Amino acid sequence: MKLTGAQILMKALKQEGVNTIFGYPGGAVIDIYDELVKTDIRHILVRHEQGAVHAADGYARASGGVGVCLVTSGPGATNTVTGIASAYMDSIPLVIITGQVPSHLIGNDAFQEVDIVGITRPCTKHNYLVQKVDELAQIIQEAFFIARSGRPGPVLVDLPKDVINAVTVYHPPKKAKMRSYNPTYNPNMKQLHKVIELVRMARRPMIFAGGGVILSKAHKELTAFARRAQIPVTTSLMGLGAFPATDPLWLGMIGMHGTYRSNKCTAGCDLLIAIGVRFDDRVTGKTDAFAPQAQIVHIDIDPTSIRKNIPVSIPVVGDCRITLGHINKLLEKEDLGNLSEKRSGWFAQIAGWKAKTQLAYEQGTDIIKPQFVIEKLYQMTDGEAIITTEVGQNQMWAAQYYHFNDPGHFITSGGLGVMGFGLPAAIGAQVACPDKVVVDVAGDGSIQMNIQEMATAVQFGLPVKVVILNNGYLGMVRQWQELFYEKCYACTCMEHAPDFVKLAEAFGAVGLRATRPEAVEDVLAEGLSAKKPVIMDFVVEKEEGVYPMVPAGKPITEMLLV
Amino acid sequence: MLSEEKHVLSILVDNQPGVLSRIAGLFSGRGYNIESLCVAETVDDNVSRLTIVTQGNQPVVEQVKKQLNKLINVIKVHELTGSRYVHRELALIKMSAKPDSRAEILRIVDIFRGKIVDVGPEHYTIEVTGDEGKLEALLTLLKPIGIKEIARTGAIALFREPK
Repeated sequence: MKLTGAQILMKALKQEGVNTIFGYPGGAVIDIYDELVKTDIRHILVRHEQGAVHAADGYARASGGVGVCLVTSGPGATNTVTGIASAYMDSIPLVIITGQVPSHLIGNDAFQEVDIVGITRPCTKHNYLVQKVDELAQIIQEAFFIARSGRPGPVLVDLPKDVINAVTVYHPPKKAKMRSYNPTYNPNMKQLHKVIELVRMARRPMIFAGGGVILSKAHKELTAFARRAQIPVTTSLMGLGAFPATDPLWLGMIGMHGTYRSNKCTAGCDLLIAIGVRFDDRVTGKTDAFAPQAQIVHIDIDPTSIRKNIPVSIPVVGDCRITLGHINKLLEKEDLGNLSEKRSGWFAQIAGWKAKTQLAYEQGTDIIKPQFVIEKLYQMTDGEAIITTEVGQNQMWAAQYYHFNDPGHFITSGGLGVMGFGLPAAIGAQVACPDKVVVDVAGDGSIQMNIQEMATAVQFGLPVKVVILNNGYLGMVRQWQELFYEKCYACTCMEHAPDFVKLAEAFGAVGLRATRPEAVEDVLAEGLSAKKPVIMDFVVEKEEGVYPMVPAGKPITEMLLV
Repeated sequence: MLSEEKHVLSILVDNQPGVLSRIAGLFSGRGYNIESLCVAETVDDNVSRLTIVTQGNQPVVEQVKKQLNKLINVIKVHELTGSRYVHRELALIKMSAKPDSRAEILRIVDIFRGKIVDVGPEHYTIEVTGDEGKLEALLTLLKPIGIKEIARTGAIALFREPK
């Protein structure tokens, strides 16, 4: 059977189970689009290629599958870079297909030519320039295999126009197997026996879980482990939802804006079991002062994460789900003694920290507090919405005041911290989960970075809800300026913003606004029940801060509380 | 402070375009140091061997090795430490060779078992192989006489087989 490159690409995508692509056409990929419309793959036409990648990211996280993007050469490709870098930092499986100028023009500075493979080398898990049409089917299969296996990540495939048009006899690809790529899924059992011994001995243990638990779908195993061994659990920003926030063992998030008790626990614990984390600086604060009394166990599928930032007593390289499965099995046979007695001092101490400082704010009668909006949102969605965020204060308040019980419900650009992530990510999540309420928690600054995607939401009937916490500032930077730069608010005041209600209406969406606390509930009720995309503009306290806060570079236990 | 030592890494990689750039980019992007780098095909023409000499303390070198292993096109990373490996470097040294120094140059080259591979009325080009210490010693002796240009390959290395 003779097929063109474009036809082979469609076959390969179908084989990988792709049913949705986020993309934007252009000259170099016009032949792919010509084939794409003949298939039953759904194409979501975004308004900017950055939006395509973030949408694919949101789609991947909400569905647990691989997100796919298709863009043209040159600017189409360069516009994807921020999205790719974000997915790389957060280990999200994506396959990005870029068009490229014809092979004979590569290197000639042709129209819309860019070396996207060179540009994305440091921010992809792997990338390919396809040189022969005969390699295409195999490369697409490898790309998906690499994206979703091991520590997941984005893979880019660059397709020159002549390869797309070339005709060849199609051979189905062989099962992807690469001698140079063999992720370690199964942990070393000897190490696990040591872990069990530490769990048995520990008097003040804690679990610190991260995005790896969600990626490996290990949340059930994690919950079982924590409950069996009676160990309190914190997570990183990326790990929210890996452990139920309603469980009594839940400590709240750790890190720069983590809860008081979570951060205090790191100083007090004698055993820290880190699972699927990479000890980011926003988590550890000053590394020398992190968990000084603890033996640290670190379970991760990526060996480079282990001992990169923090010295570790027991490294375990393996998949989180498989590893926790083994640990739970070993614990079945283990007599852990009277745990509630053994841990009573520790739990009393944690309860003391909790009583001393809880996440709190005071809602007065005149001005809306941003935290109040999130708390209401949590109540009115029964904690079951998928929340995406932009970056900054809105992101932290969403993390603190919306409580997540299930994985895949908090979708944020954690590592790279991309403003403009939330709206396209919400679109992707809504495509993956049409029956879910999907809410983008945004600031008035960050929403303007990819606001054009409202048109995408309207065109495809995706009823995403945007909650803008509108304080007229780039709030997180303003907060730093308030605390560390003597209130010199250099360039952080957004003196002019569009009228978001009118803007929503101009896009064909619903626009709502609340300026007083008593209106919050009504606006949320109306917005959440609308069957269309909605922008809800909440005019909030201008200079509210996110607390607790650990100043950058300080020990994690040195928190500013108000 | 942990001591910064030299480490020789022998890396087998897929012989494909762009692989060298991935490795060089890894070193520059993460702030690791490359003292020398050598690359050529192995017996299997799908595989190349890179020999990199890097400097760093033990945790850094551990991280370098892990990061290299993480690259999809890297098949195997060996660290060659202790005396259980042989390593060699080749240098071509172009000397200004006036009549009064020609005999001296030849004597020194002979002691170091080098060869003259190009000769002219005013110059010699010397070829010499050895480990870094030997080449440095030779260069120290030749420098006062007048070196015009040098090209060095950087180290290549292999494990010794057990006896």
